[in-house]
Amino acid sequence: MAVVFEKPKALTDAVFHYCPGCTHGIIHRLVAEAIDTLGIEGRTIGIAPVGCSVLAYDYFTCDMVEASHGRAPAVATGVKRSLPDNIVFTYQGDGDLASIGLCETVSAAARGENITVIFVNNAIYGMTGGQMAPTSLPGQITQTSPYGRDVNTCGWPIRICEMLATLEAPAYLERVTVNNVKNVKNAKKAIEKAFRYQVEGKGFSLIEVLSACPTNWGLTPQKALEWIDEKMIPYYPLGVYRDKEG
Amino acid sequence: MQEKVLMKGNEAIAEAAILAGCRHYLGSPITPQTEIAAYMAKKMPKIGGTFLQDESEIAAINMVYGVAATGKRAMTSSSSPGIALKCEGISYLAGADLPAVIVNVQRGGPGLGGIQPSQSDYFLATRGPGHGDFHVLVLAPASVQEMADLTGKAFDLAEKYRMPAMLLADGTMGQMMEPVQLPEPRDPDTIEKDWAVTGTKCQRKHHVVNSLYLSPAELERLNIERFERYAEIEKNECMWEAFMMEDAEVCIVSCGITARVSRNAIVEARKQGIKVGMIRPITLWPFPKAPLRKAADQVKRFVCVELNMGQMREDVQLAVACKKPVDLCFRVGGMIPSPDEVLDAIRKANEGGND
Repeated sequence: MAVVFEKPKALTDAVFHYCPGCTHGIIHRLVAEAIDTLGIEGRTIGIAPVGCSVLAYDYFTCDMVEASHGRAPAVATGVKRSLPDNIVFTYQGDGDLASIGLCETVSAAARGENITVIFVNNAIYGMTGGQMAPTSLPGQITQTSPYGRDVNTCGWPIRICEMLATLEAPAYLERVTVNNVKNVKNAKKAIEKAFRYQVEGKGFSLIEVLSACPTNWGLTPQKALEWIDEKMIPYYPLGVYRDKEG
Repeated sequence: MQEKVLMKGNEAIAEAAILAGCRHYLGSPITPQTEIAAYMAKKMPKIGGTFLQDESEIAAINMVYGVAATGKRAMTSSSSPGIALKCEGISYLAGADLPAVIVNVQRGGPGLGGIQPSQSDYFLATRGPGHGDFHVLVLAPASVQEMADLTGKAFDLAEKYRMPAMLLADGTMGQMMEPVQLPEPRDPDTIEKDWAVTGTKCQRKHHVVNSLYLSPAELERLNIERFERYAEIEKNECMWEAFMMEDAEVCIVSCGITARVSRNAIVEARKQGIKVGMIRPITLWPFPKAPLRKAADQVKRFVCVELNMGQMREDVQLAVACKKPVDLCFRVGGMIPSPDEVLDAIRKANEGGND
């Protein structure tokens, strides 16, 4: 009988701890599929963040390093400078990458570190139970913006891809999402390409993935996927923001 | 054996790190340690090493964490305000049991403080620089020769016990020039590190470098095991120098530049017939309690000579269990006591102190 579907080799057998309807699981799978496709599992080193995906080190079969909050790009820099022939990726959420770790993110991108950054943007702090993120939308209600994000006092959400696209060094920046089959297919292509660029020594890649958080958005999984289309994509347009090849 | 060369303390640290096999330096300028970064910037690219000027001290210590996770020797350096920033990462190094060397060429504080020499990060270094229960090895050089020797020692001890080591120098040590005999070059990569992340090559289970333990029982066990290791270190690795202690009735306790000043004062006091000696701690953690405890049965008083408000004095008082009084001779803010000031403190102690 032909095998039509199986778990990627780069994922362990550990059961994901993510909430029902959370799209971290899909994104993990896409990362693992990219590692499998490129045949780089044995030389890949992943850097896990602080946030909902803090336990990512349990889910990937490659060597893993747990970073402190926001510092994954700096840790990845150290790993990559020490082992330039290995493939190094970070997997980070919006609080980790766009708030506490913004300096490390921008600096690693500006240096053009030959690493791959998977940036999961769900517009909220998930692990601590649904507080305002640097990417929470104007008017978005969270535990720490109970009257809706007021841009007069909290400022506007940060568009990471657009911001990093002002830098010279990055090789590849793309924003994707995983809220329907077509978008998952695009995200798969983007993530694989980001890893391939590193294999080819092209430099810094970041894939921003708009991700659903039904638990903290207070929506059903289905409604959460629709919320990405209706609310997130208008503020965070999908697309390629930098492609040194393209 | 290498020839003696005239070197600045900061440069001796940098060269000694390279000779000890360190090929990854992540750091940035801050007075009075900038020469370390400058030396590394010049040298590392020529020998296939990494010099990377960080975007912040926090980034640097996390780059060190990344290099250390791969099993390679990594070093960062800074001065007091920058070290405060590194404390986050030092705690993670300790929690993940990673070896690394952090150099602190201290300047006066608190806050932005000044840029002149100080020993006011004694507490910060010896009490565990960061959150959580942990220690780092703390080595305090008192000559340019020791800047070189203790740098190599710091790497070796850090690796042996899988923990961070801090070279705690004062600004004077960083800036002064002295003849130094550099050690022979070494290749530390011969040591097997079965915990490092190097890629599984699809031939082994993945290695995970981590300090997160959500099970309180497991985290408790790991803390206790770490402190069992610390107890071994306290037993085996204490370093100190005794100077003119055979018949001493007053014992100076001092490290770094103040130990150098005290030496001159002791020689002068001896000429005046005062029986004074010195115990100079070289490791500040582990603190050499045993020789101090022993000295407490011999001397009338101790005098701590420090560039802070008496931080090491607390460790001396604990070590001698308050058996004998411990006086304090200090200058702060970048000031350094003269031999005469120390001599006065010795005289006072010899005459019974302020009691």
